Formats: sequence, structure tokens, C-alpha cells
Amino acid sequence: MSEYKSGSNLEKVLRAGQFAFTGECGPPQGANVEHLREKARHLKGCVDAVNVTDNQTAVVRMSSWAASLILKEEGLEPNFQMVCRDRNRLAIQSDILGVYSLGIRNMLCLSGDHQRFGNHPEAKNVFDIDSMQLIHAVKTMRDDGKFLSGQEIDTPPKLFIGAACNPFAEPFEFRVHRLAKKIAAGADFVQTQCIYNMDRFRQFMKRVVDMGLHEKCYILAGITPMKSVGMARYMANQVPGMDVPQSLIKRLQGVGKGKAAEEGIKFAVEQVQEFKEMEGIAGVHLMAIEWEHRVPEISQLAGVLPRPQL
Amino acid sequence: MIVAEPKPVREIVEMVKDFDRILVLGCKGCVTVCNVGGSKEAGILASALRIAKRRSGASVKVGEHTLERQCDPEYIEEVKDMIHDYDAVVSIACGVGPQFLAERYPAARIFPGVNTQFMGGAIEHGIWSERCAGCGTCVIHFFGGLCPIARCSKSLLNGPCGGSAHGKCEISKDVDCVWDMIVRKLMEQDRLDDLLQFKPPKNWTTARDGGPRKLVREELVR
Repeated sequence: MSEYKSGSNLEKVLRAGQFAFTGECGPPQGANVEHLREKARHLKGCVDAVNVTDNQTAVVRMSSWAASLILKEEGLEPNFQMVCRDRNRLAIQSDILGVYSLGIRNMLCLSGDHQRFGNHPEAKNVFDIDSMQLIHAVKTMRDDGKFLSGQEIDTPPKLFIGAACNPFAEPFEFRVHRLAKKIAAGADFVQTQCIYNMDRFRQFMKRVVDMGLHEKCYILAGITPMKSVGMARYMANQVPGMDVPQSLIKRLQGVGKGKAAEEGIKFAVEQVQEFKEMEGIAGVHLMAIEWEHRVPEISQLAGVLPRPQL
Repeated sequence: MIVAEPKPVREIVEMVKDFDRILVLGCKGCVTVCNVGGSKEAGILASALRIAKRRSGASVKVGEHTLERQCDPEYIEEVKDMIHDYDAVVSIACGVGPQFLAERYPAARIFPGVNTQFMGGAIEHGIWSERCAGCGTCVIHFFGGLCPIARCSKSLLNGPCGGSAHGKCEISKDVDCVWDMIVRKLMEQDRLDDLLQFKPPKNWTTARDGGPRKLVREELVR
């Protein structure tokens, strides 16, 4: 077996052919370290790595690298997220060097939600480079030992490179090609947008497999359990690029008051079961938004415990 | 053209509240075409200022004049005898005009009467849309003649992002997703390979990021 690209736990799990299970943890809107540690503790032992979001939905939070380090102190492996909205290529590359130097080994490369969504809509955005170019930059830094300028790096950062993929955004027919482009740019693994429309996702994965993309990159299917009917409606109507079928909303409505959350978890568990069997899927990325305390239960029900120790 | 919108009259009245002799200066260039700063609009603004000033009891002189262009020194010269009759000049040209005036007539008090918006064109009567960000290195031929730098909210060169839905941008249902248009057009033209080509980071030195720009064309310099 050739040597690891980064040697992260996530990379080892995937390389070993184990079904990966990653979680997510949003940094606090403040410096409440204890709250972050508490959220992290729920995830410990349940997941192979934890995505640490970077000012998600353009709301200011503790920086993703700092929160990643706190998670690391808690014994979790961070998947450091970086968006192109808030940094130019100088800051991007220096942060990459910084996180690697402090022991971070996974990085998810994103464009980032537009600042109009967040709590500082008056801000100027950067978008010096885009997510595709970010993926390529991290790969060039790692494999060629070079900055974007072409200048050589003294001790290159070795990161396991992640990318996002939204199979439900439009134009639908191009999404699989965009995934191929991200893989060609250097993505080692991909985490998808939350999946609710399973029919459409099956179609998407069939195309992925037909094109052999799953052999070039690990694909983790994104799941966010629905907590309520209201959340399902919000996701369906307010979140761009999200595909929530009416049948799911009806299913959650059908179980009666106070039981939608349990039904949401049940649906998520069914999804994990199907993804375990689905060709081309290497794992699941569970984004239990502010529901970290339910992750032990979900991972138990989904039968993904114990996590491999490699 | 350069597209601008009028500043609210209220705001202009407030800007010039300490002056009683005001010249409204229009421009026959872009701002005439987009109905914001030509001779007609100069007349309307001058009347509005007269009314507002009289209402406040001031005796006031409001003149109006429209230049061929305000982005050319030779036309700016035209007001040299007139400008000293006024305490304040409200230019309703794009942002270039008031600056050329301020440079040529350092003693004059110059105020902007419009908010300059973007380089674009009219898509319907009364509706203008941005088309160019003036990045200094045009690449639209790679994108089916559509500019992702000016028209994608994130200026993505390898789009579309995951926020594109029903042909609209994630920031607003009123904003078309240019990447949706680019992808559909290139796929119709059977140019998937072009779409799959990795576009490297842009060199922004020719854009505003490289500092204030100046263009010298030796063959034209006398």
C-alpha cells in the first residue's frame, strides 16, 4: 500500500475500506469554549472525524481553525472547513500552513455562502479564488510543494483534501461533471449536501458509478436528521439548493405532535442503512445541526458503532 | 454604458443647504442614455432645488447646464466662465464627472447628484442590468459570452456553486444565476469539455485590486 496523503484517521478509515462516519460541529457565536467542548464530547467515539464549519451561513463565529484545535484537544479529529468568501490567496495559504503545523490533517474546501445570508450583510466579500481553485491549491501545496505563486514551500502541508457536492442544485445534469472536475482538481473525498430526495440521489450515484468517479474519490453521503415539520418546511422553501420531497414532510406530519423528531431520526437511520449498501458510497457525513447530543443515539441505531481504531 | 441612479432630492437639498447659488450640471453621455443625468434631468433637479430652497425662505439662484461629456477635459473647460457665479455645483454625471470638475476647478464646491452603479445596459425600458466589472482582462469567450466575474455573486470561474436553483442565484430570486446560463448554453453547444477545463486563479492585477488604474496608449499620446 502506498503511503498516506495525510495520514489522518479519516483517510486511514477510508483507505481500509471501512464505511466512514463523520460528524459536524459548529463553533460558538462567541468564545464559549466550554459549550464547544461539551458538544464535542457527544461526538467522541461516534465519528471518524468532525467537520468544523467556517462562519457558516456567513454568521460570525469562532474561527474554524481555533475550534478545530479545541476539538483536537478533546480527542476528536477535525475536518477543518475553509471558505473562499473571507480570505484572499495570501490568507488562505498561510492558514493552510498554520492548521497543518498545529496538527490538522483534513480540510474541506468550499466557496462559502454569500454574506447576504449572514449577520454582516454589509461586508465586502473576497472570492479571490473559488472552491475548485482552492482544492487545486491545497493539492499543489501538498504534492508539488509549491505556493500558488510557484514558489517552493519549506516543508509542505500534507492535508487530506475534501470537497462538497450538491447533487440537488441545478443544472442537475451538470452536477456529476462538476464533481468530476473537483476530483480532477485534487479532491480526495467528497461530502454531499444533505440528502432527502433519495430517488434523485440514486440517479445521481448511478451516473457517478457509470463514470467511475467513486474509484477516484471517496464519496460520503450527507445526512441531516429533521427535528420537526417546521424544519423540513424551512429546508424545503428557504434553503437554496435543497431538495426536500413532499412525501417526507407528509411522513413527519403523519406521526403526530411531538413525534416528528423521532421520525426524523428513523428516516436518517434508514438512509444510513441504504447508503451502506449503495454502490459508490464510502461513508456518511452526519450534520446533526445543534443536535450533537443525539449523535450517539443515531450512530447506535444506524449500526456504525464502534468506530474502527486504526 | 455606465449606469447610475438619482440620489434622493432630499439628500441633495441637505448637501447644498448652506449654498444659495447652485449650478446643476448634466452630461450628455451614459447618464443621458440611462435617464438620470441629461439636460432633462438637470432641469427637473434644478426646479426641485428651487422649490425646496424657496420653501425654506432663501433667495436662491439655481442654474442648469449640460455638457457634451464630463469625462473629457475639453468639455469641462466649457463652464470656466460660468462656474464662478455659483457657490456649489451638483454634477449628475457618473462619478467621473464631479471628479474632473473638482480637479479642474479646485475652488469650486462639487457635489454628486447621482449614485453611480455599474457598467451594464437596459434589458427593458427602465430596467438596467450589470454586465462588466472592468477586471481589465476579458475572458467571456470561455463562458459562452457571459461574464461570471461581473454576474456571479461570488465571481466563480469554475461554477456553478451549490446555491443555484431554478436558474436563480442563492442571494435572491431576482438575480439570475449566470452559471446556470453558462452551463446550459455550453452544453447546448456541445462544449462540455470547455466546462470541464479547470480555470486557474485569476490574475487580478489588471483589476482594481492592482491599484488605481491608468491606461497609456503611446500611439495616441501627443
